[in-house]
Amino acid sequence: MLTIRNLRSYYGRMQALKGVSLHVEEGEIVALIGANGAGKTTLLNSIVGLVPSLTGQILFLNADITHQSPREIIRMGVSLVPEGRQLFAPLTVMENLTLGAYQRYRRKEKSKIKSDLDTIFERFPVLKERRSQVAGTLSGGEQQMLAIGRALMSGPKFLLLDEPSMGLAPLIAAHIFQIISQLHQQGTTILLVEQNAAAAFKVSNRTYVIETGRVVLQGASEELLHNQEVKRAYLGREYKEVWE
Amino acid sequence: MSLGDQLLQYLFTGITIGAIYGMVALGFNIIYSATGIINLAQGEFVMLGGMMMVYLTAIIKLPMVVSFFLSILIVTAIGAAFERAAIHPLKSPSVITLIIITVAASILFKGGAMFAWGKHTVSLSPFSGEEPISVLGATILPQTLWILGIMAATVALLILFFGFTLTGKAMRACAANRTAASLVGINVKTMVLLSFALSAGIGATAGIIITPIALMNYDRGTMLAVKGFSVAVLGGLGSNVGAVVAGFIIGIMESLGAGFISSGYKDAIALVVLLLVLFLKPSGLLGSRERAEFKKF
Repeated sequence: MLTIRNLRSYYGRMQALKGVSLHVEEGEIVALIGANGAGKTTLLNSIVGLVPSLTGQILFLNADITHQSPREIIRMGVSLVPEGRQLFAPLTVMENLTLGAYQRYRRKEKSKIKSDLDTIFERFPVLKERRSQVAGTLSGGEQQMLAIGRALMSGPKFLLLDEPSMGLAPLIAAHIFQIISQLHQQGTTILLVEQNAAAAFKVSNRTYVIETGRVVLQGASEELLHNQEVKRAYLGREYKEVWE
Repeated sequence: MSLGDQLLQYLFTGITIGAIYGMVALGFNIIYSATGIINLAQGEFVMLGGMMMVYLTAIIKLPMVVSFFLSILIVTAIGAAFERAAIHPLKSPSVITLIIITVAASILFKGGAMFAWGKHTVSLSPFSGEEPISVLGATILPQTLWILGIMAATVALLILFFGFTLTGKAMRACAANRTAASLVGINVKTMVLLSFALSAGIGATAGIIITPIALMNYDRGTMLAVKGFSVAVLGGLGSNVGAVVAGFIIGIMESLGAGFISSGYKDAIALVVLLLVLFLKPSGLLGSRERAEFKKF
């Protein structure tokens, strides 16, 4: 579904990605893990067209989307749940969801939007309860649900999630991961960026490990979970335990 | 005239000019909300509206109603053209660069108006009669009622637009979070264009309705912008209800000050209020703390 070939992204003169290649098959859930500053967020932002200077190739459904605008990319069915949720804080929950479907309103898909909205309210009953509340006043978990809901309102075939568990209490984070699994079971292809490597391994089919702008490891999540190097660097096992 | 009658008369005058200041402040708010820019050419849109109306009615001799809408349309187009020519081409400008651009635009508009229409002050006949209506010993000009009516209509339309249309919501979304707005597929640059067009249109409307009472001149814009800016800051930048309320407050203070102290101090009053607000409560009367967090300065 998504193929990235030799992607290099730049912020001014600083190079954040140094030739990343990866792919995501339809129906898969792929995790991307790595330390702070490794380039995970840059990779997601590059896919949706938020990074203006990049070289290489990004193919989505065999179409080249490398230098498309975010609008074009969303229209093709890619949707990003950004890092830190990025809600429209002074707007209501309902307005946030409505704007999630902005492109589709422009294309006059009213009845489909309505049924998607019902599905989202079924999945997140708390959003229905609070639909006239201002988004900025929601709790962290509710905000993350709203951010996911807003991204789903564009009717995506491919969902990108940037650290959905960030800043959430463990119980709420677990609930978010449950929702991600459900979305996957219902046929959405997902690319998940996570700091919480253990949870990411558990929920995903395959994993890429990214370090300072390069993919250093890849494979089935099951296998990587038992990889010594990964254990040491990302699962926080003691150095001793691994080597003794 | 008794003191009570005098007070009432000043109150009416204050409300009239207050309504105009409020409309100028609305123009500031719309652009500020969408872009974070203080558009210092806002006063020039007001001047252009008034001058254009006089030109269309007195020289081209178009009917009043046609001229009214045509003037607004032309100034709206000027506002949009200004955005496309001077703001749009910049890649990632700082707010201060943008503000300096609006200063340049204001000088340009002023000079253009002087070349086109000369330096003399022009007048416009009121929309319906000049016979003052007397109310409780004071008098109101029919034009005052027009001003209040048109202002109320403008505010109502703005509330409907921002609260209930998709485009209006998209503009508010841009103000709240630009990155997120482009992530849901909103074209942020189009929204900036729209905000300039909209506030030029509102400015022009204010200019047209004030001209029969206050006359118009190529360099009236600057002072109106100063007053409008003071009002916008007093009301809390970005708050539209604040703009209307603060407009009346400053308008009434000004007319009371002119009447009871001296008309020489009239223009100073708005500036004193501006300074007091900036010293004591920079977020303004109705600007909330939450909103203030989004502000760049």
